[in-house]
Amino acid sequence: MGSFLDSINLAFIIAAAVKIVFFSFMVILPMVAYSVYAERRVSAIIQDRVGPNRTGIPLTLFGGKKDIALAGLIQPLADGLKFFLKEDFTPAHVKKFYYWLAPALVMVPAMMTAAVVPFGSELDLSWLAKLGVEGAWLHKPIKAVIADLNVGPLYIFAIASLGVYGIVLAGWSSNSKYPFLGGVRSTSQMISYEIALGLSIIPVLMIFGDLNLSKIAQYQDKNGWLLLPLWGEGLTLKRLVLWIPVFISFVIFVVAMFAETNRAPFDLPECETELVAGYHTEYSSMKFALFFMGEYAAMIIGSGLAVTLFLGGWSIPFGAPLGLGYVEGATPIWLGLLHIGCFLAKVVCFIIFFIWVRWTLPRFRYDQLMKLGWLVMFELALANVILTAALMVWLPN
Amino acid sequence: MATVVVQRPKLKWHEKWFISTLAKGLLITLGHAIAILRGKKKVTMQYPEEKWDAHLPDHYRGAPALVTDEHGRERCVSCQLCEFICPPRAITIIPEEIPSTDPWAKVEKRPRLFNIDMIRCIYCGMCEEVCPEQAIFLRKDYAITGLSRAEMVHDKKRLYEIGGVREGLVNKWNDLK
Repeated sequence: MGSFLDSINLAFIIAAAVKIVFFSFMVILPMVAYSVYAERRVSAIIQDRVGPNRTGIPLTLFGGKKDIALAGLIQPLADGLKFFLKEDFTPAHVKKFYYWLAPALVMVPAMMTAAVVPFGSELDLSWLAKLGVEGAWLHKPIKAVIADLNVGPLYIFAIASLGVYGIVLAGWSSNSKYPFLGGVRSTSQMISYEIALGLSIIPVLMIFGDLNLSKIAQYQDKNGWLLLPLWGEGLTLKRLVLWIPVFISFVIFVVAMFAETNRAPFDLPECETELVAGYHTEYSSMKFALFFMGEYAAMIIGSGLAVTLFLGGWSIPFGAPLGLGYVEGATPIWLGLLHIGCFLAKVVCFIIFFIWVRWTLPRFRYDQLMKLGWLVMFELALANVILTAALMVWLPN
Repeated sequence: MATVVVQRPKLKWHEKWFISTLAKGLLITLGHAIAILRGKKKVTMQYPEEKWDAHLPDHYRGAPALVTDEHGRERCVSCQLCEFICPPRAITIIPEEIPSTDPWAKVEKRPRLFNIDMIRCIYCGMCEEVCPEQAIFLRKDYAITGLSRAEMVHDKKRLYEIGGVREGLVNKWNDLK
């Protein structure tokens, strides 16, 4: 027993808890809230509107002369507050247990996948020693990833595919036709696109030869991003030729990611025009909000994964030649923070792209969606694996 | 009847596979976004700060109001025609006799109570059309607000406040009101 207690590394556990709180609750959840705001503002400017630009600090409520608008940045808080104040209505005809379980099953896997995404290089805490903090743990830099798993992408796919259960259960337990149709569509859609999603990153993993997302990000920091192999060892002929299958991979991955997160143009499970609101028709209040947040959380994690695999994760473009690269154990704290900022900036750009596409493309018809998934994406992904393998074997290093 | 055969456009392969069409679509939406961001295009009017008031057309029908003439006499003689013609029955009038001591005693009647329920009013302008004394007009006020139903009922005092003085004969069929 004593040896077991000794084997627990307290500093490691505390660091993990701090990272979980920081990344899930202080980064992802606010990002979810603000991507809803971004969705509304971006859709507004695309449609020549203004969007929510007024919700600010309501000084007039406290006797002030004028409200401070802040360009509507407080809107997510107001939206959240609204969900709390709504009646949490459970219709009489639903299957209660599954009806209550479903929203959690959408939100939880989306948040859990955040564990393996490296959101920064590492944080050097030795400057705390100057402030009088003591301890051996200070001098070992903390890796900016919650769980440094060696099966990162596999873990993400395994957990993220659980999200489909939430949607299916929601559709089924609601016991009415529109949620049911939404649930059925969602099942078939997510299952068919998961295959393309999984196959699309195989070429990437073949190139890296590693499943650890932190190591993948470090490799790209040193040798150039997979989609921008322009520094380090990236300038070899092999890397430049491999850019073609990597790009195909990237396209398949992004399209499958859109389908996987139920985003337009693949938002068939909740398409408003035919299915009222799809699988969450019968939901209200915070239960609906959990579906909503789950969708956006999945979108953020998906963007995080795409950024990590293809766009260098936290690495700064041309970081290594500019001296802004990661050096193991010797990365100053400001550079660590800069890496985190760089990761978040890339994710934000990706989310904006998600939103941009949503407000550009019309929704696919259901049969077109299935055809695209099974007859195009699947085959293309398979062929891409073979192409990559052939190129890797035949091209000289 | 002549049959028109619709010619479907022949799509090239890159259009069929959403490659060029996707880029085209993204460019269109981006163009709209940039035009709005740069302020080159402005569609929305920020209502309480910016108003359309200066551009209201002459025939605009806003809140109905009572007017007095140049002598300060209330023009309404309480004939109740507007009350009877009002489609949503928003107007309530209780007439009274003008006492003989009043300089305008020969007018004989005036409203003791003249209420217009602005929750009911549909701004149709029939009261204005029917009024033989040119006493009621639709003004350009449109932002009628109140915190209670009672507040939304315009009484006589309020109606004269909105209406003000209207001098001389008003050619109410003209554009100018």
